Parts: sequence; C-alpha cells; structure tokens
Amino acid sequence: MLWKLFSRDMTLFMHRKQDVVTVLGFFLIAVALFPLGISSDPELLKTIAPGAIWIAALFSTVLALDRLFSEDLDDGTLEQQMLMPVPIALLLLVRLVAHWVITGLPLVLLAPLMGLQFGLAFNEIVILTLSLLIGTPVLVLLGAIGAALTVGLKSSGGLVTLLLLPLYVPLLILGTSAVTSAMNGVDVTAHFSLMGAALLVSLVLSPFAVATALKITLD
Amino acid sequence: MPVSRLLKSKFGKEKVNETCFMLEIEGLAVEREERLLFSGLSVKLSAGEGLHIVGKNGAGKTTLLRALCGLTSPAAGLVKWHEQDTTEFREEFCSDLLYLGHKNANKTELNCRENLRLALGVQAISDEEISDALHKAGLGMLSHLPTRFLSQGQQRRLSLARLLLTDATLWVLDEPYVALDYKAIEWLDSILERHLNNKGLLVLTSHQALTMTATIRVLNLGEQRA
Repeated sequence: MLWKLFSRDMTLFMHRKQDVVTVLGFFLIAVALFPLGISSDPELLKTIAPGAIWIAALFSTVLALDRLFSEDLDDGTLEQQMLMPVPIALLLLVRLVAHWVITGLPLVLLAPLMGLQFGLAFNEIVILTLSLLIGTPVLVLLGAIGAALTVGLKSSGGLVTLLLLPLYVPLLILGTSAVTSAMNGVDVTAHFSLMGAALLVSLVLSPFAVATALKITLD
Repeated sequence: MPVSRLLKSKFGKEKVNETCFMLEIEGLAVEREERLLFSGLSVKLSAGEGLHIVGKNGAGKTTLLRALCGLTSPAAGLVKWHEQDTTEFREEFCSDLLYLGHKNANKTELNCRENLRLALGVQAISDEEISDALHKAGLGMLSHLPTRFLSQGQQRRLSLARLLLTDATLWVLDEPYVALDYKAIEWLDSILERHLNNKGLLVLTSHQALTMTATIRVLNLGEQRA
C-alpha cells in the first residue's frame, strides 16, 4: 500500500521531467557561477567550495519545494489524499521520501562532480557527498512544513524562501564545516552525529507538522 | 441490549442492520470567517437512504459536505459513522467514504486510465475493470489521452467513473451534475439509483431538481439557519 503511494508520486514525476531538470540545472549553474564571479585562484576556490555547493543545494531544494503541494491543491487531489484511509502523517512521509529521491538524491549524486570542479581531494569529496546525503533530506523535511503553510497563498515561493532560509542556517554551518574540518585534518564525527540527529528528529516530527499545516490550509 | 448484539457491535461492519443509523450528524455548526453558516444541524441516514442538500448560493452546502468528510472542522457538533465518531476513527470512516468535490481531482498530465487508478487510491483494481468503467463513462476512445485534452464534461465523467469501481458505501457528491449533458445525467442517475438499491448511502448537493426516480430526502439549508 505504501509502495502504491510511492509509485504514484514517481509516476507523476515521470510526467513532469522538466521540473527535475530545472532543479538540477539550477544547481549546476549556481555552482559554476562561483568561480566565474569570484576568482580562478585554485586555493581560494578550494576554500569556498563547501559553502558554494551547500548554498546551491539549499536554494535548489527550496526551488523544488514550491511545486510539492501547490498543484495538488489546485486540482483537488490534495483533498482526495487527505481522505485516504491511511494515517495522513504516514502518507506525507512517503510523499516526502519520494520527493527527496526525485529532487534531492540527484544533487547528492552530482556533488562529487562539483567537488572535482573545485579541485577537492578524494576524502574531502567523500565527506562533502556524505554531508549532503544526510543534509538534503533534512532540507526537504523542514522545507515541506514551510511549503505546506504557504501553499494556499499567492506568491508563496518568496515567502517560503524567507521562512526557511533562517531554519537552514545550522545545517549549512554543520555541512560546510564538516568539509572544512576534513580539509584541515580534524575529526568530523561530531558534525555527522549532529546532522544525523537533525535527520532523525525531522523524520519523526516533520510529517505531523506538515499534516497539521495542510489541514489548516484545507479547512 | 442483549450481549450477543453488544459483541457484534464491537466488531465493525457486521452490525449493519435495518434499524440502526449508519450516518449520524449531531448538532453540527460551521463557521466561515467568523460568520455562522448553520448550527444545530442534525440528520440521520440509514442504509439505502439518500440526502439532497439544497439552499441558495453561500448557504453552506459545500461547507456542510466538507465538514461531513472531515476536511473542515466544525465549530460544534460531530459526525458519527457506524456509531463511532469519525474524527476518532478517521481511517475506518475514510475507507467507506467517497468524496467528489467541485474540483475533478484529475491530473492533467496523466491519461484517463492512470487518473482513474490514482483516484481509487489503495483499492486494488484490474485493468479490465478500468477499461470497462471508462467505456461506460463514454471515454473508451479517449482513455490514452492526457486529460488536459478533455472537455469539462468529459473530465467530470472521468471523475464520476470512480463511482463504478469504488467499494465505498457513503458517497458524498458536490454538484455532480455540473457540466454533464442529458445522456450523462441519465447515466449518473442510474448509477446513483443502483447504489441506493444496494444499501449505499448518498449525500449530494444540486441546484437542479433531481431527475432520478428513487425517493431521496431533501434538506434545505436556508431553513436550518439559527
């Protein structure tokens, strides 16, 4: 049954490939702009690499979140989902996982390429990719709360960005400093423990928060 | 109450019998933007009964249906299904419920077949059943087209095709006759009548006088206003 819900979202995404391509294209271009805009000095680029890649991933996630609920609300399928004989939080968790697989996982897979582009060493690339692998699901889970709260509003995109970016700050700091620490040969266990904790907490709490927010929107 | 009956009523749907009410609305009141639409609304429906909600624009017909389904939380009162509060037993209620709102709830980028399958959610349906339902809905030739190419009336037929496949006993339909041609109206009438004959429950709103031959209770929301 959960698989059915999961494959529903997958089917829809397959019919809307342009959305995924937009998000990925945005990520690639945003990262590529940093060397063009700042400097081509390899040392400097290495220093800004973690921040640049993380910030680009963050904006790509917010960009993708805009479409998470808005179309379902407009065509009435969101109402139908809220009336499914499945606990709403569980249904939303499945949807969020599907959303991450479609829009977040490709970013993680592209991250090593971005790392190479900035001239990072192998172990730094591994740390960068791992930090995004743990970090991007948290971005999606937190972001979904913002998306659910603003889904009924006009020009919700800008508002979501304003609401979410401050919440993303701790994760951004942890993610980038993990890579920087790896560059300096410092242990990164603490960074990953904290990010893992953030992932577990948001995995448990976010679906309930999103469910409540959507109920308020539909009320 | 005899013990045997008590025991039965603990175990779900077995207890359906002619005398007990399946759907009970008790003292329902709904507010919209601080404005009280109606209050103290009580209705009981037993198996095979239909309820036609009428009232002028803005009387709260749609809101009543949404409150009945649990999409809108009422200011007061509760809805019971099989004598159980629907907010507490949400999943049980939803598995018996089919709601069709103003919006057709079709994905415009999917074709009729995919839409119908999605709309029926967790219910297992074979491909033949879906083809059959689409054929009956007059969409057999169009089933491979994305629904954005369908007319308003055809999209409505597609969402009504769910009625042919669903195993829900309570149908809540908001203006189901909108955008339908006279043939489709006859088709819908026959589906609704069959549903009532099969001991199903029906709650609908419609501005037109109903053309179906089955008798159906009428609730005028204007008169209900406190």
